[in-house]
Amino acid sequence: MRLRRPKIAPSAVVWLVLAALYFLVPLVATFLFSIRSIQTNKCCSFAAYTAVIHNGDFWHTLRVSFVLALEVIVISLILFVPTVYWVHLKVPRLRPVIGFLALIPFVVPPIVMVVGLLKVYKGAPEWFYNKPSGILAAAYVILAFPYMFFSLDAGFRSIDVHTLTEASQSLGASWPRTLVRVILPNIRAAALAGSFLALAIVMGEFTIANLAQFHTFPIFIQYIGETDPYQASAVTLVSFGITWLAMSSLLFIGRKRGGPTQVVGAH
Amino acid sequence: MLRPDIESGRRRLSFVWLPTLPFFAYTILFLFLPAGAIIVGAFKSIDGGWTISNITTLSHEPYRRAYIESVEVSAITAGLGAVLGLGIAYAACRENTPRWIRSVLTTFSGVAANFGGIPLAFAFIATVGTLGVATTFLKNQLHWDISNSWPHFSLFTKNGVEFVYLYFQIPLMVLVIAPAIDGIKREWREASANLGASSFQFWRYVGVPVLMPSMLGAVILLFGNAFAAYATAYALTSGVVPLVPLLIGAYYQGNVLDNPHLAQAMAFGMFVVLAVMMLLYIPLQRRAQRWAK
Amino acid sequence: MPYLELQGLHRNFGPVKALNGIEVQLGQGEFLSLLGPSGCGKTTALRLVAGFDRPDAGRIVVDGKDVTSVAPSKRDMGMVFQAYSLFPNMTAAQNVEFGLKIRRRGREDRRKRVHDLLELVGLGHAVDRYPHQLSGGMQQRVALARALAIEPRVLLLDEPLSALDAKVRVQLREEIRRIQLELGITTLYVTHDQEEALAISDHVAVMYGGVIEQMGTPAEMYTAPSTPFVAEFIGTMNRLEATIRDGASGQVDFAGTTLQVDAARGRRAGERVLILVRPEALELEASTNGASSEQNMLSGEVIAQTFLGPVTRLKVSGGLIADMSTGRAAALPVGARVNARVPAEGAKLLSLPDDGPASPALDPDNP
Repeated sequence: MRLRRPKIAPSAVVWLVLAALYFLVPLVATFLFSIRSIQTNKCCSFAAYTAVIHNGDFWHTLRVSFVLALEVIVISLILFVPTVYWVHLKVPRLRPVIGFLALIPFVVPPIVMVVGLLKVYKGAPEWFYNKPSGILAAAYVILAFPYMFFSLDAGFRSIDVHTLTEASQSLGASWPRTLVRVILPNIRAAALAGSFLALAIVMGEFTIANLAQFHTFPIFIQYIGETDPYQASAVTLVSFGITWLAMSSLLFIGRKRGGPTQVVGAH
Repeated sequence: MLRPDIESGRRRLSFVWLPTLPFFAYTILFLFLPAGAIIVGAFKSIDGGWTISNITTLSHEPYRRAYIESVEVSAITAGLGAVLGLGIAYAACRENTPRWIRSVLTTFSGVAANFGGIPLAFAFIATVGTLGVATTFLKNQLHWDISNSWPHFSLFTKNGVEFVYLYFQIPLMVLVIAPAIDGIKREWREASANLGASSFQFWRYVGVPVLMPSMLGAVILLFGNAFAAYATAYALTSGVVPLVPLLIGAYYQGNVLDNPHLAQAMAFGMFVVLAVMMLLYIPLQRRAQRWAK
Repeated sequence: MPYLELQGLHRNFGPVKALNGIEVQLGQGEFLSLLGPSGCGKTTALRLVAGFDRPDAGRIVVDGKDVTSVAPSKRDMGMVFQAYSLFPNMTAAQNVEFGLKIRRRGREDRRKRVHDLLELVGLGHAVDRYPHQLSGGMQQRVALARALAIEPRVLLLDEPLSALDAKVRVQLREEIRRIQLELGITTLYVTHDQEEALAISDHVAVMYGGVIEQMGTPAEMYTAPSTPFVAEFIGTMNRLEATIRDGASGQVDFAGTTLQVDAARGRRAGERVLILVRPEALELEASTNGASSEQNMLSGEVIAQTFLGPVTRLKVSGGLIADMSTGRAAALPVGARVNARVPAEGAKLLSLPDDGPASPALDPDNP
């Protein structure tokens, strides 16, 4: 057992203090701004926050984005979990192929993807092209795909897929039952991790929503920013808080289950 | 997919990959089809024929300028972000630093790497904008007017954009390089000291060379990240600073261009730049993993 | 005059006393092993000598000079770590060359020395390989060559063989000893493997709980352990908890019988003691009918046999262990009733504390 922990290096302190300054000051400034009273332009009033809470559009778009995130998570899990499972179990040669595919969204970022999407699906039926639950969800699943894949892949690598499957089948379980009752509980941490990342991505994605003219939470923030700076600063902190919650849950799960943690996002 | 038939020795078709079909179908529908449409559309003209005029237009203003600016902003924020991110990550991950600092830094980096668009722009406007908290503080308390005298800072310039971009570039770097820093084994540092080397010599001969592949990979990642960023630039500049994503967005927003193929050509141009980055990234990753044993 | 001295070394980590007054004197060219279980402080002591840590009290003296406050890079010692210490971005040759490069030796000079050292450790053919292309054993040889390249005053080895396969371990430990003798280099070696320590050292120091329980030559440690812990840690030992019956004649009470133990002479009656008998010193014979009437005989039944090659180890009821040649052991199968003779002269005696277990590490309720 090693208990050695001498003092922190002075150079490290300098780096960390400067970093804290650069990263925390803007948040503090936003907070100070958000509690400025409109009348006196000084401290202190939570009017901005109450205005936000009473803003119908805030709740509406928050719900739209949240429901969209859930839809994206469900589709992603239904699509990716069986696929990654099957690849690990039966077709390991495809793993590097899928791993390579997971890098493609890096080459086709949202700004590029939306151009192609709008062109290809211009003639698509109204329920798909004009609803966020259609084309937007479809695009978001692709955006979330790399993070979902790396999470699930790491999760599947940490369990013995073959043994679990064979044990389950030797006891008489069918494929679907094996997947749901045996495999899923064992990769729960990885699936949750991927889901929280997908949540963060959807709640923060602006580019595609903007150019495809959907009315999601980030779009609302943008609009508010142009019209009401006080509410905008309040909403900024709220959005920061939501992402912080998602990330903390992610790392909490990762620590508890010893599962994979990957926290990189996109915009 | 063909597998040799064990009994007869002939090759027969194996359908074991079939269950992965939904996945591949989905990526084709929503990843490859749009990407393909861009590549094709870039070379088409409005009347339906093939042309490279869209591509050649890109070499004229304002497109040429936009690509140069985009590359410049991306390169600077990638380089700065990498160096600063490395310093911060090393400070937090090294041996003598309390564990909680690293924990907090990781969580925060996860959030900040995703932070963008209006919230981020707004946070900086509230800090170093003309009426920002820090600006007024410096002006009133320290008599230092950063906008009118050195360094003549304004958020709505290229420098301002770069300054803001670092807010998500540095955390991205921290997240990417932390595992590589963990890979710098304590035994190497001790062995190097034992053999008579100073701290500087250690980094020069062992530390930096070992980190280099990961560093280069991270720089590439950061470059691509900045190059493709739209939301933050949109929120900050609303068109004042010419960047490629903004130009593409402008087409869809106000019909500034009436030739959709031009927008597709710009997207194609971005795609090419990013593909080149990816081709550089993959072998670097492989090399980095080899030394991570 | 001793070449390497540790004087009154203390090191605490919070409330834990990792080192509680360590005294060592090692002559030049000698090989000392610090032997003990995990947590005994042996690695802490080594790291203090290397300079990676500072003692809370005490001094480290090399060749008459106090080096306690000298930085590790200036101590001129070569260290071999347990694992992972080779620089991954350099070949074997470049690794070995590193210390020489730092010391600004000429290129030809370096090249020759690297070549000589890699030959010395048997890796002349692997000069340009990278660490990830070498096996564990080969990596440690390179590490040894690298440490020796700078002609250090003292060679320090921190469990260098723990991470290797058993066969490689035996082979490599003998090579380390051979090279050490050839170069005449003062060496401090840390290990938890007592067989390893006994096989290659000039002196062995058994450590437990931050103190040196006993220090001596391997033979001394084996035949005359001075504390119950050392007795148990080195080799296998029969430990009989007994009470002195009569100090004048050397009689002790054990498990209902009276034994004659010469070493018990001079002890006071009623004193609790531990009688130590090596398995090979315990003589077994088949018992014909019930307990023997002869002096110093314990009776019991063979519980188990363990085949160890030329020797078979027999476990006998009452907690006894006896080693005998495999041929003879065949006559005493499991279940056979036997008599075990405790040698009067050969048995050793140690005092037991008045209460509590024989040795803290060996308390069955507190493993």
